[in-house]
Amino acid sequence: MSISTLGSEDSAGPMVEGRSLVKSFGRTPALNGASVAVAPGEMLAVMGPSGSGKSTLLHCLAGIFTPDAGEVFFDGRRTDRLGETRRSEMRRRDFGFVFQFGQLVPELTVEDNIALPLLLDGTARRQAYASARSWLPRLGLDDLGPRRTGEVSGGEAQRVALARALVHHPKVLFADEPTGSLDSLTGEQVMELVVTLTRAEGTTVVMVTHEARVAAYANRMVLVRDGQVTVAQPPAAPSHPADASATRRRPPSLAR
Amino acid sequence: MSVPLTLLGLLEREPSYGYDLKRDYDAHFGWGRSLPFGQVYATLARLARDGKVSAATVEPGAGPDRKRYAITERGTSEVQEWLRTPIEPEPHLQTLLFTKVVLALILGRSARTYLDAQRAAHMERMRQLTELRRTAGSVEALLADHGLFHLEADLRWIDLTEARLASLANAIKNHEEVQP
Repeated sequence: MSISTLGSEDSAGPMVEGRSLVKSFGRTPALNGASVAVAPGEMLAVMGPSGSGKSTLLHCLAGIFTPDAGEVFFDGRRTDRLGETRRSEMRRRDFGFVFQFGQLVPELTVEDNIALPLLLDGTARRQAYASARSWLPRLGLDDLGPRRTGEVSGGEAQRVALARALVHHPKVLFADEPTGSLDSLTGEQVMELVVTLTRAEGTTVVMVTHEARVAAYANRMVLVRDGQVTVAQPPAAPSHPADASATRRRPPSLAR
Repeated sequence: MSVPLTLLGLLEREPSYGYDLKRDYDAHFGWGRSLPFGQVYATLARLARDGKVSAATVEPGAGPDRKRYAITERGTSEVQEWLRTPIEPEPHLQTLLFTKVVLALILGRSARTYLDAQRAAHMERMRQLTELRRTAGSVEALLADHGLFHLEADLRWIDLTEARLASLANAIKNHEEVQP
């Protein structure tokens, strides 16, 4: 049984939460009291300079790293104290992952790669492949099913990785620099798919990126600085009157 | 326009004559375009009328050159408020962004607080434009893209500036000390 189906009725709480997380690698501190909560169905962008701890935060929330101190919750349940077997089960069933480099198995075909999470979880082969194939048109990969992933382009590989991350309908998608290895146009196509598919599926998304244009696809952005999370609040007050003549009055739409 | 608030900010350092204010304004913010004396005195007169500065005649004779201006409490809180408020995110803000950061550093105020607020305002606008672009036609998307790229350029500048605040503060302090 997956962690998520253990009978949580409390849908009002966060889907993923980290409280006062501390994590060091040797003597190098990566997180120093980082707290963040992600609501169900929300897409959160985690930004910050290199070495700020943003990837470490994602890895702790996703149960890949265990924090030295602090608490991690998934769907209202504490997960940082689970044994490795339970945590790995949670990662496999409840979470999907997309990394900067697709981390596909190059010798396997596109279909094989997408079906992999289902096969590992014991889904019957025929059913797993039927599910995998059903994702191909949603990602514009219609004819690529039988191709080896070592032979497809970077943008295609990242779309395969996205299909593989979503094929088992995870509750949360963790994406670490999902467009980091792509040119900007290809990156936008991938982000468009991330938004469309996760909104359709109601998937919660936690995405680490250093690119503002990528973060702008999210509902909300937080900044990790020196191992802590800064919540960037859009200003409630309008601009200072003295700045108003420098910027023209703008209607709510794009029109200027 | 930011000239009145910038002059007001410069006055927060110490009471000054119009001439000194013009010289410092040109040194910090002029970049080849000096502020006309007429504008300096007209601005100071308006600020005095609004109770944001007080003028004291310290030398005999007539004329604006004889007056020394000091910032009032009202003026100080206006500068404080202005330096805390992000600008509405639009392309081509470089001079205003620059002015707020430099003035905050001159006054020893938190430039980082301002930059954080501005970053949040920029990100929110980028988010709106991205959502619009996803749903709009391709022509509107083209316009949204233009805005997005400019806002992104501002954000890069904000990040870089924030990373360099300490050395910038030093550079500006030295710049101030070089003034006669």
